Amino acid sequence: MNGHAQIVVEEVSHTYRPLRGRPVRALADVSLEVRSREFFALLGPSGCGKSTLLYLVGGFFPTESGRILVDGKPVAAPGADRGIVFQHFALFPWKTVQANILYGLERQGMPRAEREARARALVDLVGLRGFEDSYPSQLSGGMKQRTAIARTLAIDPSILLMDEPFGALDAQTRALMQTELLGIWRRTPKTVIFVTHDVQEAVYLADRVAVMSARPGRIKTIVETRFGDRDPGLIRTPEFVEKVDEIWNLVRIEAIKAQDREAP
Amino acid sequence: MTRAIVRYLPLLILALAWEAAARLSLFSSLALPPLSGIATAWADLIRDGELLDNGLTSIYRGAAGLMLAVAIGGGLGVAMASSRAVNVLLAPLVEIFYPLPKSALIPVTALWLGFGDGSKILLIFLGCMIPVTIGAYNGARGSDQVLFWSARSMGAGRLRTLWDVVVPSALPEMLNGIRTALALSFILLVSSELISAQRGFGYLIGYLGDTGSYPGMFAVVLTVAFLGFAADRLFQLLMGWLLRWRE
Repeated sequence: MNGHAQIVVEEVSHTYRPLRGRPVRALADVSLEVRSREFFALLGPSGCGKSTLLYLVGGFFPTESGRILVDGKPVAAPGADRGIVFQHFALFPWKTVQANILYGLERQGMPRAEREARARALVDLVGLRGFEDSYPSQLSGGMKQRTAIARTLAIDPSILLMDEPFGALDAQTRALMQTELLGIWRRTPKTVIFVTHDVQEAVYLADRVAVMSARPGRIKTIVETRFGDRDPGLIRTPEFVEKVDEIWNLVRIEAIKAQDREAP
Repeated sequence: MTRAIVRYLPLLILALAWEAAARLSLFSSLALPPLSGIATAWADLIRDGELLDNGLTSIYRGAAGLMLAVAIGGGLGVAMASSRAVNVLLAPLVEIFYPLPKSALIPVTALWLGFGDGSKILLIFLGCMIPVTIGAYNGARGSDQVLFWSARSMGAGRLRTLWDVVVPSALPEMLNGIRTALALSFILLVSSELISAQRGFGYLIGYLGDTGSYPGMFAVVLTVAFLGFAADRLFQLLMGWLLRWRE
């Protein structure tokens, strides 16, 4: 494996305390390390705290107990070293595709000519030429997510945090986007933490898959899922199917536990 | 064009009925002068400059009061939505002030600032600030957490996100509040000028009425009505353009 541990999570717990109602323990004593330029998937049933963990690495919540280090420094706030892509795109609806992609570059203080050239290159990278002046409300789900990915890649973060990024897309678009993401990741290697509840997606994309337990979320096990060549035909090979089965069995147990807990 | 004619046909019918009723002397010509007489009086008021003079004064007062209300009310609404401390401090004031008939403040503002522009601008500012503040507050509170996080993770500071995320999120509701405020500004302007002023549309209406120049009085009333209508239509066009990003 190339590289050192770029992201270190040590004994992190997190509890949501809503204004009304009981506190909810989302994470319990989670520890893991993600290596530089690794594609790391967090997999688990809904409500297992996988997004919470991602948001903590993003610096959107303060770390209450334990600690999270990125490049050796504790996470204190969001930063441009950690780009994020959300399930529901989180595009600025009042900005065009072009203006959305330019936003981070403006905040980084890049000179105008340079940032416009960079925005053009990213529009081409995600195949949105001709839609630069469209508003998000005029785009399909897949195009929105391409825009969001381009916007995040524009500022060239060394870490990419992805929160079920293809969860709101139809099956065909999702498969296309997965392949495209791998292509982009190969050309501009980044450390990726990819949250999903889709086992096949996790196995297809990631080098390692962390299976999380039902609430409160813990890391149940981490499975190596590195296949030599990830061409789309991979998903029909026996090795791949076997790996998906193995992980699916682990997840199923947790999903059933989570369901039992929800039941009255 | 045809659609516009159809849409405003009822107004045309009303105008014709008005003219007919006045000509047939169904009402006293003092209570309801014929529209043709009003048009003549209007032309006279334009010719001697009275309407333009008083009109410009009124438009200045209304525009100044409304702009202050938009700037300060919008700022307060966003601040209330973004900071618990500001909200705790200001929410009770807004709640108390909200149901107060703002016209009750006409004598108060006249006492403080006299009969000139200042008292009208202050009154319009105070009255119009409330719908703008409430609109901006509701809009800003509805702004999406993930947009805030997105901006932060692309290098925007906390303060910066107010301008880049919270204000545009608040814009649709704030613009609705401003539209309400625009209508309110005409009400407050004319009523305050009727009561305590030496210039302006309201003053002119009162003066012409007191001196028995009823066609002239109606001419000014209709002018104000038309300006209010035109201002609202223009504002709707502006809203459509500012919110062109919505579906």
